[in-house]
Amino acid sequence: MKGTTRRRVADTPLPGLIAKVALLGLLNAVAIWAIFVLVGEGVYWLAIMLAAGCALIDWVFLTPRLFAWRYLIPGLIFMAAMVVYPICYTVAVAFTNYGTGHVLTKEQVIENYVARFTLQEEMPEYQTTIYRSEDGKFAVFLVGPGGENLIGMDGEVTALDDTALSIEGDRDGVPERIGPYQQLGILELFQHMSSLEALEFHFEDSVIRMRSVDRFATYAPQYHYDEELDALVDCSTGKAFIAKQGAFLAEDGEALDVGYRAPVGWSNFSRLLRSPQVSGPFLRVFVWTFEWAALSVLTTFGLGLLLAVILNDNKMKFKGFYRVLLLIPYAMPVFISALIWRGLLNTEVGLVNDVLQSLFGVWVPWLQDPFWAKVALVIVNLWLGFPYMMLINLGSLQSIPDELYEAARVDGASGWQQFWHVTLPLLLVSVAPLLVSCFAFNFNNFGVIYLVTQGRPPIPGARTPAGATDILITYTYRLAFESGSGTDYGLASAVTILIFLIVGTLSWFNFRFTGTLEEVRENV
Amino acid sequence: MFRGFLEPAYLWRHIVIWLCIVFAILPVLWIISASFDPSNTIIGQKLIPSNPSLENYRRLFNDPTHPFKRWMLNTLKVSLVTSALVVAITSLAAYSFSRFRFRGRKTGLFSILLIQMFPQMLAMVAIYLLLLWIGERFARFGLNTHGGLILVYLGGAMGVNVWLMKGYFDTIPTSLEEAATIDGATRFQCFYKVILPLSRPILVVIFFLQFIGTYSEYVLAKVLLSSNNVLTLAVGLQTFIGDQYAKRWGVFSAAAIIGSAPILILFALLQNQLVSGLTRGAVKE
Repeated sequence: MKGTTRRRVADTPLPGLIAKVALLGLLNAVAIWAIFVLVGEGVYWLAIMLAAGCALIDWVFLTPRLFAWRYLIPGLIFMAAMVVYPICYTVAVAFTNYGTGHVLTKEQVIENYVARFTLQEEMPEYQTTIYRSEDGKFAVFLVGPGGENLIGMDGEVTALDDTALSIEGDRDGVPERIGPYQQLGILELFQHMSSLEALEFHFEDSVIRMRSVDRFATYAPQYHYDEELDALVDCSTGKAFIAKQGAFLAEDGEALDVGYRAPVGWSNFSRLLRSPQVSGPFLRVFVWTFEWAALSVLTTFGLGLLLAVILNDNKMKFKGFYRVLLLIPYAMPVFISALIWRGLLNTEVGLVNDVLQSLFGVWVPWLQDPFWAKVALVIVNLWLGFPYMMLINLGSLQSIPDELYEAARVDGASGWQQFWHVTLPLLLVSVAPLLVSCFAFNFNNFGVIYLVTQGRPPIPGARTPAGATDILITYTYRLAFESGSGTDYGLASAVTILIFLIVGTLSWFNFRFTGTLEEVRENV
Repeated sequence: MFRGFLEPAYLWRHIVIWLCIVFAILPVLWIISASFDPSNTIIGQKLIPSNPSLENYRRLFNDPTHPFKRWMLNTLKVSLVTSALVVAITSLAAYSFSRFRFRGRKTGLFSILLIQMFPQMLAMVAIYLLLLWIGERFARFGLNTHGGLILVYLGGAMGVNVWLMKGYFDTIPTSLEEAATIDGATRFQCFYKVILPLSRPILVVIFFLQFIGTYSEYVLAKVLLSSNNVLTLAVGLQTFIGDQYAKRWGVFSAAAIIGSAPILILFALLQNQLVSGLTRGAVKE
């Protein structure tokens, strides 16, 4: 049955050869171009990785001995880029402070701060007229507080008398033309507003920039970078903000608004465990995630088993018909079912409260109260999940031999006793691994939680965006993408690693229990 | 025929089943009804609408701010392209694992199994940042593009699929390829002209399983797509209904019905395909 590599095969026909060479050529061309781009941006490690990857692919395709790998290359590329790399990257980010206020690298942040100019109130302001040349360059005519006339062009300010340009026209002491530059009308001014706002003219140590449409003022850099101290120093006060662990901190504890991306060791993890504002809500989310997964498995398994036992009875009528109707929830896309249930459970207008009101006169705050929101989620997930459990239980029940029941009857076991001592133990042996997978799946069941409650209602006083029905994965999502106070990729990645560990442990137990790994090792 | 019902032992079983059936299908009946109820609100809705009409369906396709048709087409496009590429990638890999004996084969199969234990969506932060980075260089494959989303989905192509398909290829006797080789076929031709046509059942199953999975995928689409025009149905429908159950229930129901139709149909067809596709061997030896 098994294939063999010793077969003698024909040589690749010419068109195939041409296609192969062309594709490899194209791949290499794209890679070389990308490497140049990356080197230009200074991302050397990625350029090296890309070059290595490209060389590897060439090697695989040009070495006859490695032909088996050629078939694996496409899948491996995607797996490496979109699964393996993101996992590694998640681990790396978990040990940094990446997030709002810590997005850029240290060099970029320093560059931004040094390029930041502040208005110097005590320095002169200039009455300004703006000119533009045919080829789109701007010049300004400045009148200082002492009545001195200056011209700003090509990024420099010079005295009017020092220019060699011809001055034409005169309206209240303001020229209409200066060399190639023509005075702008008010409409044109607004047309070019964004480029005008970016204009800078150097004048001695400071810079002259636009303050309002007809006034330019003096600006000076607010910070300079001191390499010895590794600090940004405030030019006016001399206060030093020393770079440390992603922030620029002064000795009195004051920090600059923007920090940089930096490794912070285990601090994200220790925040999850120790910082009161983070760890309190995190612990609730953590516990609820386990409760949720366990309740989901128990409820769906219970109902699924009940239905399977009933439908497994040969004397039962309409079995096929019942089965089809009961499978309907399983065949609907989850995102649609979840949204429908959110409507049905709507506290004010939903069907469920309508029915409860008219039958029992009660009214349940399904999505407002933490407890009832959890109940609602379990009910919705029961609806979504019981048909699957019914199917696998039916399959497993059918594999239990009838002789066992006969033997039990001979020994005088009642129906219940047969169920507890024969059916359930045998059933669990085959179904248990699926239950563990189901637990792991619900542990990360983002769709149901997010679409039905969005993790709400919120936990009062939580500093991170945690809700009473958030599970770890929705909590991660909200930390990274939805937080009002800014995103925190570092903390989100730390939580992700915890989920990795938990899910990994579960799968490992599952493999051990079923012997999948041993089976794989022997049979592949 | 009805005698069976009246025996107490069976009567309660039928009652239990019917209670569950009501639980299972009531929400579905309820939105079918709502979709034909022109009042478009969840308030005071009856199971049988008083003056049924197709008004909601008409509104659904004429809402300029919520381009339902666009979302539906986006979803079909992304799902079809992803599924087709997944089948191509996995069949190549599975063929190699099934037919060739090479160093690293076992490790490869094994690693695929282990890596796929981690749900890809867990790394959503990293994937988001990765696509953000890619998008600055190749705009067509960045955030908020279908190209980027498909690339991400293809990362999950290897995995269970490879195992499933390899298992199927293993059942196809090598004698067919040997015969083809004698006729002058290359290795790739053996794969392309002999194995693939014989494995149509498993290819169809994997295509549609992948289609259903991609069609219903919510998390990554939510993280990666943001403009109204590029959303998939899962993300679009959620933004559409938001908390507007009092105002948009009817139109939403119509969208829910049209949106679930492809999956319901596939599901009905696939039940047989799954069984026959996996049990029927291509040739008997």
